[in-house]
Amino acid sequence: MSAAAAFPSAGCGDAPVLRERGQREVFCGLTGIVWLHRKIQDAFFLVVGSRTCAHLLQSAAGVMIFAEPRFATAIIDERDLAGLADCNAELDRVVTRLLERRPDIRMLFLVGSCPSEVIKLDLSRAAQRLSARFLPQVRVLNYSGSGIETTFTQGEDACLAALVPEMPAEPGAARSLLVVGALAEVVEDQFLRIFAALGVGPVRFLPSRRAAELPAVGPGTRYLLAQPFLNDTARALEARGATRIAAPFPLGVEGTTAWLTAAAEVWGVSPARIEAATGAAASRASAAVARIRQRLAGKSIFFFPDSQLEIPLARFLSRELGMRLTEVGTPYLHRQHLAEELALLPDTATLSEGQHVDRQLDRCRALRPDLTVCGLGLANPLEAEGLTTKWSIELVFTPIQGYDQAADLAELFARPLLRHAKLTV
Amino acid sequence: MQLALWTYEGPPHIGAMRVATAMEGVHYVLHAPQGDTYADLLFTMIERRAKRPPVTYTTFQARDLGGDTANLFRESVLDAYERFRPQAMLVGASCTAELIQDDPGGLAKTLGLPIPVVPLELPAYQRKENWGASETFYQLVRACAGPHVPPPGTQRTKNATPRCNILGPTALGFRHRDDVPEVERLLAALGIETHVIAPMGATPADLATLGEADFNVVLYPEVAGQAAAWLRRSFGQPCTTVVPIGVGATRDFVREVAKLAGVPATTAEGTLRLPWYSRSVDSTYLTGKRVFIFGDATHAIAAARVAQQELGFTVVGLGSYSREFGREIRSAAALYGVEPLVTDDYLEVEAQITALQPELVLGTQMERHVAKRLGVPCAVISAPVHVQDFPARHSPQMGLEGANVLFDTWVHPLMMGLEEHLLGMFREDFEFNDGVQPSHLGHGAPSQSGKEAAPAAQPMPVPAAETPHSAAGAPLLSWVPDAEKELKKIPFFVRGKARRNTERFAQERGIGTITIETLYDAKAHFSR
Repeated sequence: MSAAAAFPSAGCGDAPVLRERGQREVFCGLTGIVWLHRKIQDAFFLVVGSRTCAHLLQSAAGVMIFAEPRFATAIIDERDLAGLADCNAELDRVVTRLLERRPDIRMLFLVGSCPSEVIKLDLSRAAQRLSARFLPQVRVLNYSGSGIETTFTQGEDACLAALVPEMPAEPGAARSLLVVGALAEVVEDQFLRIFAALGVGPVRFLPSRRAAELPAVGPGTRYLLAQPFLNDTARALEARGATRIAAPFPLGVEGTTAWLTAAAEVWGVSPARIEAATGAAASRASAAVARIRQRLAGKSIFFFPDSQLEIPLARFLSRELGMRLTEVGTPYLHRQHLAEELALLPDTATLSEGQHVDRQLDRCRALRPDLTVCGLGLANPLEAEGLTTKWSIELVFTPIQGYDQAADLAELFARPLLRHAKLTV
Repeated sequence: MQLALWTYEGPPHIGAMRVATAMEGVHYVLHAPQGDTYADLLFTMIERRAKRPPVTYTTFQARDLGGDTANLFRESVLDAYERFRPQAMLVGASCTAELIQDDPGGLAKTLGLPIPVVPLELPAYQRKENWGASETFYQLVRACAGPHVPPPGTQRTKNATPRCNILGPTALGFRHRDDVPEVERLLAALGIETHVIAPMGATPADLATLGEADFNVVLYPEVAGQAAAWLRRSFGQPCTTVVPIGVGATRDFVREVAKLAGVPATTAEGTLRLPWYSRSVDSTYLTGKRVFIFGDATHAIAAARVAQQELGFTVVGLGSYSREFGREIRSAAALYGVEPLVTDDYLEVEAQITALQPELVLGTQMERHVAKRLGVPCAVISAPVHVQDFPARHSPQMGLEGANVLFDTWVHPLMMGLEEHLLGMFREDFEFNDGVQPSHLGHGAPSQSGKEAAPAAQPMPVPAAETPHSAAGAPLLSWVPDAEKELKKIPFFVRGKARRNTERFAQERGIGTITIETLYDAKAHFSR
């Protein structure tokens, strides 16, 4: 068998996509608060919603480990709906009480929900009103994390898009690099070291760790998306004059190198210097990934839609770990931001966008993949049917980007298979 | 608008899901936006269920709102019927769908499905999870058993062997899984047959036969009280009023069901260990331990009785988030001479615990976190549930084994008897001080680091007991260094109380400076 036949030809750029409509088994954008409130350490997220929203937040990620979280829900009740209590007056009261309790808060997000959208509670006006009252101590912003408008990671997109107008203007046309999308601090620090070695800079991150230290933006800003779900944020940045550097996403060795190289090329860094700055980390990472490859190569994998990370993950798993892609489901397929990824994806994969969960479960059961990537609602039922699963939410809560996390990322997929093989009960 | 950091109960449709998921042959079509499907993970992750809950969500999005969400709902009902072929269907709306007023019940009716379709009206901005479970169970029971209600005035005929239904256990219930076999065992020992257990494990066809039993055992009034009341009115079936949690309540329960069944009340208590364990000398140290209790009404009220009467604790606080059972909580609190706390505001509960400084907290997962932060031992007695509340082992709360489980789980977090004395004698022992956990709990000394990990802003800045003085502008009390040092020799778990008592004592007598003498004067004054 020739090498060409063993490796399916690359390129999913214009492959047909199965578009599904039906029950979507995905989180809403409110879930993003779970990691965003850890990322922006002086921000508080106040969901204006229902008891369901509050229940989602406390259930979704088992987040009760935090003594007192920097998020809460202002639960709309009957009186608010009946108009007996002016919703805005009530909201002001709740915000005042909250800020009295938490003098450490510098930025407050009013987060819209399905009920607040449906009753057309204008949170942007509320945010303006409250900002006027609490500035300079606290800036109040708003975005929507509602399920009728956002799917899971789109909540982060909406939040970051709300931050963009607050970013200071970069004076002049000085060139700077903006890395966009919440990353673990350890990953940010690794990237900073590599960018320094490349001579690419200054480098800034959105979101910043502290709300008061938002990066500057202007026509000199070149931005790299670190996450594939940042459609609105990208648009908002471009409205501020920033230009996107097209690249695959920094997952796996190949993705990380391509992502760093794309930025380096904009800065006119020579191939030799790129090799010098990335070579050692890339070969260390490749060696670590190769050790896991033997456990994953040839195994089939099926993705239920969840975080929009599915396509970059599938690319990594097929090209660097030799996994066989069956269906790769994603809630939304953003062709422009994923163009470089799609070009690398083998054309044997079935792409699906949207969801009809029952039909998708039927397809999954018929295929019986070696590994199924799915949300928390589906994982145990599929395990009980004898399918090995990987919870997709872990892929959002774990540092997976960059060279030194490439093997950790591979390990996340290898572990369920290893466990399955190990257990004899 | 209510500011909520944590909530004790979910929205009412979660209660409906707990009923639907517990049963067989029922499917629930929920008109709800994308995102509300998070509820599935409560069952598949927290309870580790091997099957998805029998729920279809319409998961409408913004683009559907401009179009025809009603049609989306109709299609979802038809698809769900075709795919799952349930014996009965529940239809309803979650909070957002309630606002768009598509009338799921009316829409489903027009589809003419050949099965009972039960519309659920669960006002999401007004009611909560347990109410939703109760209402759903009641509506299902009515829909299934309603056609079999005898005409008014019909004489009931008793079964040859007494037979009862067990009502109330649901999915995601606190130890419901383990309580049911314990209660069945108690009934079997009396020669009483169990007819239907519902909702757990029952089909709509089973519900149709509920009237055939002689009486109903109401395990969880929060869920089954309403249905049992309807069964009493419709079929003349009496129901139990005692929930068998603890030794005394189990004995009362046995007497009650024996009377309802017309059989002699006897129970072999051979496996019951709580009474002897509680009387054994090692338990002397449990005497008068100050305990704060919070949970759903059933578990909190039962826990208070066990704590006070069967373990010899002193109940210093009793509360519940079950507003529907406020009356019951208030009368139970009166028994122990404490102020009842009926609230669903976790911050209020936290303030109460901080002010009362109990030596043991019996609460929910929420109180467990509060207790951890305050360094007070805690055992969990009630929902809301956590994955740890579904242990692999049999771990009931009810019946004889349930009483044994209560003894173990409540006593285990406390300092063991002799250990407590040693701590009192050698207070300045470097290995054996405030920062050290009870030795049998191991894991080093998290209490200090736990405090440091707490957020910068203190949730409860001042213990409530101290506020009146400072608020009244009373002269500031000062402790002379010797007295302060002496105070530190008092074991840490009663030190706060000693400080407060001494300061109150000084305040009342106009003493501005507290000396060692004041400390011991106050001790003598307050000693029991």
